[in-house]
Amino acid sequence: MNERSWTFWVGAAAVLGLALLAAFTVKNEYFFFAAYVVLQFVVLATAWNILGGYAGYVNFGTSAFFGVGAYIAVMMIKAVNAPLGLQILAAAAVGGVMGVSCGLLTLRLRGIFFSIATVAVAIILETVINNWRFVGGATGVQILRPPVMEPFDSYTKMIFVVAALLAILAVATARYIQTSWIGRGLRAIRDNEEAAECAGVPTLKLKLLACAVSGALMGAIGAPLAMYQSFVEPASAFNLNYSVSALAMPIIGGTSHWIGPVIGAVLLGSVQQIVTVTITSELNVMVVGVLLVVFVVGAPDGIVGLFNKYWKRRRGAGGKP
Amino acid sequence: MSTDESLLRVQNVSKNFGGFAALTQVNINVARGERFGLIGPNGSGKTTLINCISGALRNDGGNIVFAGEEISGLPAYQRTRRGIARSFQIPRPFKSMTVLENLVVPLEFVAHRGTLHKGDTRAEAMHILEGMGLADKADTSSSQLSQVELRKMELARAMAARPQLLISDEAMAGLSGNEVTEVLDILFKLNATGITIIMIEHIMQAVMRFSQRVICLDAGEIICEGTPESIVQDPNVQKAYLGV
Repeated sequence: MNERSWTFWVGAAAVLGLALLAAFTVKNEYFFFAAYVVLQFVVLATAWNILGGYAGYVNFGTSAFFGVGAYIAVMMIKAVNAPLGLQILAAAAVGGVMGVSCGLLTLRLRGIFFSIATVAVAIILETVINNWRFVGGATGVQILRPPVMEPFDSYTKMIFVVAALLAILAVATARYIQTSWIGRGLRAIRDNEEAAECAGVPTLKLKLLACAVSGALMGAIGAPLAMYQSFVEPASAFNLNYSVSALAMPIIGGTSHWIGPVIGAVLLGSVQQIVTVTITSELNVMVVGVLLVVFVVGAPDGIVGLFNKYWKRRRGAGGKP
Repeated sequence: MSTDESLLRVQNVSKNFGGFAALTQVNINVARGERFGLIGPNGSGKTTLINCISGALRNDGGNIVFAGEEISGLPAYQRTRRGIARSFQIPRPFKSMTVLENLVVPLEFVAHRGTLHKGDTRAEAMHILEGMGLADKADTSSSQLSQVELRKMELARAMAARPQLLISDEAMAGLSGNEVTEVLDILFKLNATGITIIMIEHIMQAVMRFSQRVICLDAGEIICEGTPESIVQDPNVQKAYLGV
């Protein structure tokens, strides 16, 4: 392990430590409720970026994977009363398989066609769930939370720590992909797919791999939604806002580096929570929209891009890195 | 592995785009180590033929045999791994990467994939860049290169895949006289190391100097084959180019 990896893992351990510390000291339940949403967006944005940022295939169907994750959890609870860990694993597996299948069907379509196909997948799945009585249909389904596990004293706190674990897992995966040969292959695909293929990059296989990993992470973070809300209904689980946020956050943070989606999710997720509490939840969507426009026009490489530019200028002016 | 001397055999290859026949029953044999020229007027099917050989397009009929193996069903990356590398008519750099990183891609995905992509690819990429006279540009972003540097980088990237056959698709288009000589020298040098080269070119003086054997395509068919000297004398070739 090199020095950078050490720094990363020490940072990851510190984040997890902080999450645990908060779970045992902070009393206000709302804090965990809000922090969970931010962590959920860290996972979604990071997962989106693996395919959308690294490989340049814009996925508009994040809500499909997220919603399927939530409903897999519902099915697991209703059918076999499975514990949360098992729900997450199953949701990840189904998300991964769904990623590969969507990939096989749509990845031969490039650019805008791929994006449109992913929107269609989200709509089809929502329609299916809407008409399926077993999981509650359009009216949704109430879930009874099981008794909380030791050493936690509330289910919300426990689920917050689970989300923190999933976020670390997602970011570590994205980081590994970015820094390894897989990431270089995906970047080559984004830059020029035909040249990548001629440089020996198995483009279809790599894109399918990215789809699988991205889909599995999105599905995994969808699973705890059922327990988090104690209630799931298709309109909110498959809400297009998830797709928009998962795309906006990496773009605002910067798509070329794993830290970009994390910055974007923490920033945008927190602002959304603050706006919801202090003004109104309706304003949320507008905040995303305005920030997205500002960044696409003013800083297309996101916050990471701005930082890099600043860094280069400083170095160019004679300062040492 | 066949004992056949030819490295590449294109047999009765056809390619249609809808009702348009871009290639009709094309036959080519390229020997190991040969310097092979492919000429023809615009739209005669040169790039289509190259795309069929490199795998960017699938041929509709016929066979393409490389090193004794039928490859026309293989995807492009598999053909690259078997030893066919190419440059593009319009350079296609990986523009978010530095020049060195552009070479690391084929090194990782072709040469070092057996070692779990962990070989010392940077040193090897640097070595190739030195051979091309691009060493001082190693850490420059490939989006900032001049035309001739881009052409050289395309060749360098093709070389990083350790090919047996290099297809140079108009690597000299848009270059000045001196630059043409520079690129030509590089191709001669590569050929001297045993790499078979197919050169597609519009700059006749370059093809004539470089090739041992030339084929002229017109409207998707081979109209003439021979030494550079005999090709320019051929009435069919003159007709195809000048329309007289």
